[in-house]
Amino acid sequence: MNLKEVLRGLGHDRLALFGLTIVVILLVTGIFAPLIAPYGYKDQNLDAAEQPVSREHLLGTDQLGRDIFSRIVWGARTASFVVVVSLALGTPVGIFLGAITGYFGGIVDTIVMRIADILFAFPGMLLIFFLASTLGPRIDQISRSIAALDPLVKGGYIDYIVVVVTLSLIGWAGGARLVRGQFLSIKERDYIDAARCLGASNWRLIFRHILPNAASPIIVSLSMGAGGIILSEAFLSFLGIGIRPPNPSWGAMIFTNYAFWRTRPMLVWIPGLVIGVIILAFNFLGDGLNRALNPFSKRR
Amino acid sequence: MYGYLVKRVLWIPVLLAVITFLVFVLGVYGPGDPVQLMLGQHANPETVVRLRHELGLDRPLMVQYTGYISKFLQGDLGTSLKYRGQPVSRLIGRCLGVSAPLNAVALGWSIPLGVLLGILAAYKENTPIDRIIVLTVVVGISMPVFAIAPILLYFLAVKVHVLPPGGWDGIFSTKVILPAIVLGIGPLAVMVRQTRAAVLTTISEMYVTTARAKGLLEGRIMFSHILPNALIPVMTIVGLMLGSLVGGAFVTELLFGIPGCGQLALQVFTARDYPMIMAFTILGALAFIVSNLLVDFLYFAIDPRIRRPQ
Repeated sequence: MNLKEVLRGLGHDRLALFGLTIVVILLVTGIFAPLIAPYGYKDQNLDAAEQPVSREHLLGTDQLGRDIFSRIVWGARTASFVVVVSLALGTPVGIFLGAITGYFGGIVDTIVMRIADILFAFPGMLLIFFLASTLGPRIDQISRSIAALDPLVKGGYIDYIVVVVTLSLIGWAGGARLVRGQFLSIKERDYIDAARCLGASNWRLIFRHILPNAASPIIVSLSMGAGGIILSEAFLSFLGIGIRPPNPSWGAMIFTNYAFWRTRPMLVWIPGLVIGVIILAFNFLGDGLNRALNPFSKRR
Repeated sequence: MYGYLVKRVLWIPVLLAVITFLVFVLGVYGPGDPVQLMLGQHANPETVVRLRHELGLDRPLMVQYTGYISKFLQGDLGTSLKYRGQPVSRLIGRCLGVSAPLNAVALGWSIPLGVLLGILAAYKENTPIDRIIVLTVVVGISMPVFAIAPILLYFLAVKVHVLPPGGWDGIFSTKVILPAIVLGIGPLAVMVRQTRAAVLTTISEMYVTTARAKGLLEGRIMFSHILPNALIPVMTIVGLMLGSLVGGAFVTELLFGIPGCGQLALQVFTARDYPMIMAFTILGALAFIVSNLLVDFLYFAIDPRIRRPQ
C-alpha cells in the first residue's frame, strides 16, 4: 500500500475529502490566525458592543465589543495547538508501549496493561475533569517555578499546559491497547519468522517489519482521536476547568455567551457548530482513511 | 470461560484499591497543600496547624487512606467543604434523585428507537434510507450537547412556545422533554450504528441461509433468527454508554438549569471541594466497573456459545 493509492482512494471519497478540507482549514487558520483575524482575541471595544453582522464585524461582536469572527479564528489556534501537542505527546508513548508489550509480553506487558485498565475503569469525561481539576493548580505551581517556562506563564498559557498534560496522560492508553493487539497478531505471521531466520534483531523486527504493517489502524485512530481531543478541550473549557478567558476557546465562548441564548442565539450557535463540524470532519476523515487503507476488508 | 469471569471478579477489588488510593492521593494532595489552599497564602501558622489536625491531615498518608476507606465502606463519605457541614452522601443521594430518572428517560426513548432504526438501516442496506440513517448517525455522534441544545432550545422554547426552556419538576412534567431529547441523541446514534453492524454480520450466517431455504417469512427470520443473536453484542455497548453519559449530563444539566449530579459535580470540581470530588470520582468509577461486569455476566448467561469451553 503506497501513498499514491491511499490518496487516490481518498480522492474518490466525497465525505473523506470534505473531512480533509475542514481539517486543513482548521490547521491553516490555527497557524495563520494573527494574519486572518481582523482583531486580536482580547481587543475590547465597548463602543462597538453587541453589534450585529456587518462589514467591520463579519459575525458581529459580543457584550464586551470583541469581534466574534476573530475569536473563532483565534479559537482555531487554541484547538489545533491542543490537538497537535496532545497527540504528539501521547501517541509515541502509546505506540512504543503497545509495541514492546505486544512483542515481548511478560511482566512489562502485565504492568502496562493493568495501568491502562485503571484508566479505562473511569467514565472518560469524569477522569478528564478529575485530573484537570486536581492537577491544574499543581501544574500551575510547577510551571511558575521553572524558569524556562517563564514566557508561557507571563503570556497566560498555563491553562494550555494543564489541558495538554491531562489529555496526553489519558491519551496514550488507547493507542497502546490498539498497537499491542496489532503486534500480537502480526508477530505470528510467516514473514516475521522468515525475517527472524535471516537474523533480524528484535528491534529491527519491531520497527522495520511489524510497525509499518500496523500503521493503518494507528492512522485511522489518530484521526478519530483528534476529534475526541477537540471535544474534550471544549468540554473542559465550557466547564471552566480548561482554557479560561480571556484566552480564546470555543467551549468557553459557548459558556460566556450562553447568558444571551434567547436574545442573540448566534453567539452560542456559531462556536457550537464549529466544534461539531470539526469533530464530524475528523470522523469522516477517519472513516475515509479506513476505507482507503483497507480496500479489501468488508467494512460495515 | 468460567476462568475468565473468575479472573474478572477477583481483579475488581485490586482495581478498586488502586483506584481509590490514586483518587485519594490526587484528590487531597494533587492540587497542593489542601490546608494552604483553604486558608490562602497568608494564613496564621497556628490556624494552619489546628485545621490540619482537625482534618486529620497531620497523620501518615496510609493511616489517612485506610481511615477514609473504612469510613467509605460504612457509607460515610465525609463532609463537603463548599456546602459546609453537609454530609457528602446526602448531597450525592439528593442529586442522584434528579439525574437517575432524567438519564433513565433519555435512555428509555433512545435505546429502543436506536435498535429499530439500526434494524431498518441493515434491512435496507445500501438504499437511500440506509445512507440517510447512517449519515444522520455520524452527525449525531459528532455534534456535542452544547451545539445541539441551544439550537433546539431556541426553536422549541422561544420561536414556538411548545416546550418550557428549563428547570426540573420530576419526570412527569413537560420540562423533562428537551433535556431528555438532548441527552438521548448520543446514545441513539451509538445504538443505531452498533445494531446495524451486528444485524449485517448475522445476516450472512449459515443458519439464516438455512431459515431462508426452509421458506420462512422475512419478518420471522429477522425477529426470531437474526435479532436474538445480533442484539447480544449490542448489549455490551449499553454498559460502556453509561460512561459517556457522564460528560453529556454535566453540560445538559448546566444548560437546562437542572439541579442534578452534573451541576453539583461542576460546582465542587471548580471549588476544589476535595471530599466531594473524591466521592464523585470513586462512585463514578465504581458504577462504571460494576455495570460493565454485569453486562459480562448477562452476556455469559444469555449466549451459550460463550459458556462452552473453546
